[in-house]
Amino acid sequence: MTGIVGAFVEAWAELRIHKTRVLLSLIGVAVAVAALTSVVGLGAITQQATTENYERQSGRPATLIVSAYDPVTGAAPPAAAFSAAFTEVTDRYSVSWTTRSTYTQVFVDFVDGLTPVDTTVVDVDYGTMHRVQLSQGSWFADGDEERLAPALVVNETVWKRLGSPDLRTHPTVTVQGAGNVTAVIVGVTPDLPYNQDYPTMYMLYDSYMAIATPQQVQSIYPQYEAWVPVGISDDLTALIQRDIAGALGDDLQVSVSRQDYLVYQGEDPLLPIKLLVGGVSILVLLLGALGLVNISLVTVRQRIREIGIRRSFGATAGRVFFAVMMESVVAAAAAGVVGVFIAVVVVKNPAVINFIAAGITDVPAFPIEAALLGLGAATFVGALAGLLPALVAVRVKVIDAIRY
Amino acid sequence: MSEARPLLELEGVTRTVELPDDEPLHILRGVNLTVSVGDHVSIVGRSGSGKSTLLNLLGLLDNPTKGEIRFDGKRIADMSANQRDRARGRDVGFIFQQFNLLGGRTALENAMTPLLYASGRQFWRREQIALEMLDRVGLSHRAQSMPEKLSGGEQQRVAIARALVRGPRLILADEPTGALDVETGASVMALLDEVAHSSGAALITITHDANIAALARQHYRLDRGVLAPVDVNRVLALAQPEVTL
Repeated sequence: MTGIVGAFVEAWAELRIHKTRVLLSLIGVAVAVAALTSVVGLGAITQQATTENYERQSGRPATLIVSAYDPVTGAAPPAAAFSAAFTEVTDRYSVSWTTRSTYTQVFVDFVDGLTPVDTTVVDVDYGTMHRVQLSQGSWFADGDEERLAPALVVNETVWKRLGSPDLRTHPTVTVQGAGNVTAVIVGVTPDLPYNQDYPTMYMLYDSYMAIATPQQVQSIYPQYEAWVPVGISDDLTALIQRDIAGALGDDLQVSVSRQDYLVYQGEDPLLPIKLLVGGVSILVLLLGALGLVNISLVTVRQRIREIGIRRSFGATAGRVFFAVMMESVVAAAAAGVVGVFIAVVVVKNPAVINFIAAGITDVPAFPIEAALLGLGAATFVGALAGLLPALVAVRVKVIDAIRY
Repeated sequence: MSEARPLLELEGVTRTVELPDDEPLHILRGVNLTVSVGDHVSIVGRSGSGKSTLLNLLGLLDNPTKGEIRFDGKRIADMSANQRDRARGRDVGFIFQQFNLLGGRTALENAMTPLLYASGRQFWRREQIALEMLDRVGLSHRAQSMPEKLSGGEQQRVAIARALVRGPRLILADEPTGALDVETGASVMALLDEVAHSSGAALITITHDANIAALARQHYRLDRGVLAPVDVNRVLALAQPEVTL
């Protein structure tokens, strides 16, 4: 115990005394660690942004898409029958998260006239299943489909065109269906970076069906989605397909498939960039290590007398080896801490996040694995750089070192 | 020779170095020496007489080619390198000609250095022990001074405090006054003798200076690898300018 504490005390005293030399030798290590850690940290953010984007488009894993059609005519089954079959089957397998979704256009009465707005018609669960983020207000709640004034979740473009009303005042807007209907805006979604100034909104399926014209009702073919655990998604795919096919009859072809990003995701799309920057970082780290070895070797040669003195006072060869090694490890680890700190500052900088992952809603916490990787790499480099000087140190001939 | 229990015994110790393409170099030839607790021994010798090699062996830093060294009754040859290192740290205190204080560290930190290799109470109380030892050599008021701010005599007193913090039973002083003027050298030797005597440690002084050697109670001369007792009067005579060692 005292041996280990003593070695740390010695190493720390050496670093304190030679702080300028140590600082200079460690700049390379700190920069490399900062780069390496930043790559991992920024990679996590980019990954999260990509994932969110995928989840908004095709649902969270595992999202099963259920559809049916007549293989001869290509016609869809009656909506009511399909809806009943889907509800019954998903209830049977205790699937808690389901939604219908379809796309249509609804005319909204803005001050400059009626304008068609792309509308995603969904059920309440869609918000969670597709990770819909709101900049203000709230997503639909159970029972909203029964409102006489249908609820709307609009994007910021629509909200601004309506004069950016305060949602606490329950702002309304007239939409056109079978007649003019007053709708209430309950939430606002941020504009997507690739879809700026383009009006879109969400409306509940049952609300839309209540205001739609008979022709619109006839022409709507919703997509049915179920969010199920990834582990049992394959089994559920087969069971749901079999049961709905049974419920709708043999004439119809029922298809159940996963379309979330995990199904298609083979190789990490960011892998080439990660490898490139990671490779450069490792190269910088090795150069830093070389500098550290170089300076450590020179320093050890200058310190031969001191090592001899320590040996004369009972420092064993192992202790001298450990102490010289520890100096390098402690110094490199300290550089690692600095490097990780720089990386945190870079990765958590809002300007950097906006640059690499515009539109991200859930900015992930700084990944612990990135910090550990940085510290681990620094410590490893320190041990590597300390090895050679430590071997030189234990070969010092004590009396010769002291006397000459 | 002393009647007390032997601390260090050298019997027929020879140290030979094999040289490539040349005859082996016999540095020490059949050295016999017995040092007991409380002894004060001086060894004089010219440069190249084998003093460094003998210091290596006395300080448990090397093994003889032939012969036997026993420390506290134990054969050095039977001890592992680590055991020798630990025994050296515990029982041997070194004092050097150039003081060899560690740069960038205060007098107190220098005096504490050997205690970094101690264990238990000595390790955890190292600062207090070092302060007490600095006080004993009259330097408690300079504890926070850097070596370069101390005079030669003060530096050597810090070195003495450093050599004694672990309570060694053998003190090896290698040219302890070589870098000091005559007056300071005499006062440092008086202090060293007093501290060694009061702590009951054996003191071996290796020196060129016959006056310093004469302060010891047993006197030896090392000449071409052969160690032989020498009379104190002969040592003093050697101190005269016309006599060479």
